[in-house]
Amino acid sequence: MKKTIAVVLAVVMMLVGVVACTSGNQPATTNTSSAIKIGATGPLTGGAAIYGQACANAAVIAVEEINALGGLQFELKYEDDVHDVEKAANAYNALKDWGAQITLGSVTSDPAKVTSALCYEDGIFFLTPSASAATVTEGKDNVFQMCFIDPTQGIAGANYIKDKNLGTKVAVIYKNDEDYSTYIYQNFAAEAEKIGLNIVSTTTFTADSQNDFSVQLGDAQAAGADLIFLPMYYEPASLILAQANQMGIDITFFGVDGMDGILEMNGFDKSLAEGVILMTAFDANASDENTKSFVKKYQEKYGEIPNQFAADAYDCVYAIYQACVNGNVTADMTAQQINEIMKQQFTSMTFNGLTGQNMTWGTDGRVSKDAIAVVIKNGAYASMD
Amino acid sequence: MEQLKKKFHLGKTNREKIFTFGIVLLFFAVIEILRGTGNLSNLLKGQLVPICAYVVMALSLNLTVGILGELSLGHAGFVSVGAFTGIVTATLLKPVVPQTWLVLLISIVAGGLTAGIIGFLIGIPVLRLRGDYLAIVTLAFGEIVKSLITNLYIGVDAKGLHFSFINDNLNLLEGGKKIIAGPMGASGFPKISTFLAGILLILFVLYFLYRLLGSKMGRAIKAMRDNSIAAEAVGIHLTRFKLTAFTMSAFIAGMAGTLFALNFASLSATKFNVDMSILLLVFVVLGGLGNLRGSIIAAGVLTVLPEMLRSLRDYRMLAYSIVLIAIMLLTNNQRLMQWWTQTKKDAKKWFAKIRKAKDGGEA
Repeated sequence: MKKTIAVVLAVVMMLVGVVACTSGNQPATTNTSSAIKIGATGPLTGGAAIYGQACANAAVIAVEEINALGGLQFELKYEDDVHDVEKAANAYNALKDWGAQITLGSVTSDPAKVTSALCYEDGIFFLTPSASAATVTEGKDNVFQMCFIDPTQGIAGANYIKDKNLGTKVAVIYKNDEDYSTYIYQNFAAEAEKIGLNIVSTTTFTADSQNDFSVQLGDAQAAGADLIFLPMYYEPASLILAQANQMGIDITFFGVDGMDGILEMNGFDKSLAEGVILMTAFDANASDENTKSFVKKYQEKYGEIPNQFAADAYDCVYAIYQACVNGNVTADMTAQQINEIMKQQFTSMTFNGLTGQNMTWGTDGRVSKDAIAVVIKNGAYASMD
Repeated sequence: MEQLKKKFHLGKTNREKIFTFGIVLLFFAVIEILRGTGNLSNLLKGQLVPICAYVVMALSLNLTVGILGELSLGHAGFVSVGAFTGIVTATLLKPVVPQTWLVLLISIVAGGLTAGIIGFLIGIPVLRLRGDYLAIVTLAFGEIVKSLITNLYIGVDAKGLHFSFINDNLNLLEGGKKIIAGPMGASGFPKISTFLAGILLILFVLYFLYRLLGSKMGRAIKAMRDNSIAAEAVGIHLTRFKLTAFTMSAFIAGMAGTLFALNFASLSATKFNVDMSILLLVFVVLGGLGNLRGSIIAAGVLTVLPEMLRSLRDYRMLAYSIVLIAIMLLTNNQRLMQWWTQTKKDAKKWFAKIRKAKDGGEA
């Protein structure tokens, strides 16, 4: 019996192999259609899906707008990487088979470290909306970021709390098995020590223990903290806010850009987030025309307010558009030719987008733009001032 | 034909072995032909090394679960140890040793040895437990390894290797390099794994396992699995053989881990979680406990399958689960098996009849 199973499976494997080979039988670098092919990987399913989908949704809007202008045409394809390095490599290779000429990289950091290395090897231009780890861009001259790198956020957070006098006794809860959270914390702690910000309680959690925060909150309470810094994504943060509310802890919570998205979370009681301060480069309530029009379109199409990830992805597509126009990029160029033009354009141009004005990029691929802190009021972001 | 069989001492088991080696070599040949003619998609090309690594992991887990008969739910832990040892070794050797294949070979051996030592140490207390208890302890082991490596910092500079735990206190000199940076994982290590190396590793492990199965020790291990009391009664030292098999299993898992890790530019310990251990167990159960060829095929098919379903977009994992359930049900369906054996018998009879008729006609 085992033998028969083995034979059946062997046949299946061979068939799968044949399908795999024939379906991807396409030259990777030359493009015959008139649109420039932009590929991207992101977590469209799984635990981090809200980020991947926000980016994909916003990128679709941007591409539609650009195509409607006439002139340069874009074709966009997102592949799912489930926030996993192995799947990300596969997703990237699928995009290469499709013939991607430019990539919007990966949405989250871990996959981006792998895809950025592959893009560097293959000479395909890479601009990530939101992969914030410093190692994504390190040592790769064609890899650029639209978001802040993690260390910047930690340092800016500590300074902001100190300057605005938001709290004197700070408690920190961070996720010590995640690079995003740990890296922001380490830089926050180092900066806090330098500028004399008092950290009274530091507690941690991991992916397996993010269902209960009573110990961490209790520790912060016992230490008499008047501000809790939460360098983490919005899911654990939402639980912390709910539990703090139950425990009667009524102090300031200070989040980072990963907190963005909390208001759109299913089943989250928005009143819990009242008064939470977070740092983000995007404010959906901003009064400028571009933001208003983007938010309106996003709401009409997807029924929710876009978060910072969405805005970063939207900016990415427009930044690429600007570079393509200035550099006279055409659809019949190879990915490697486009790569050279884009590298030169990105390090020399100035870009105005939803997430900042007068953005520039250094040769290290990092963006320079301002972070703004917003406070949640009546279930929406409001300016701090 | 009969003469040939006699000449090469081809018993049934030998033919089975040759068939298994043949599958691996055929796979290699098909891929190389496709690559040579330029028909290999990037998607499949990128998956070649992971397929090989998963096959070796499945073989190694089969040694523990199928041949030794002990349920292990923490096999990803050994893979993880091997992976990160391999990363450190490769990073250190790359600037010194010019031959890439030698760096890869040494890294794989180092990864295997470290995982083997850890397997031996873990085995001493753990293998005194049986059945469910052992499963729970191995589950915990996998988690402990993940947690330890997530908090481990290793760096290298002119003064040598630096270690640090929980907090980043490496204090590297100018020009130093962090190899493993805690939760950030390892990145920037050499990407040197090749498909050829993967196939050679599979062949080596297959050869090793077949030799083991045919040896005195292999027979003792199988006897122990089938009836430990009877085995002990005939003088088999249970703990010693269990420990040996478990250590070998960990050694092979470690080698697979290195092969897997050195295929990516970046890796963090959270990749080797319970999900991965369970995935490996699925390979082994689907391929058949103790059936090496089954493990190879199941690991290959189940690694490629989710990627082949990419065109289904968001329904991908749903389709994958359905296919998995269908395969499990179909391969265990008695009626289907009966139908299959009956068809085979009928076909044999039919051929025999035709041959007879032909012979009759000639005569």
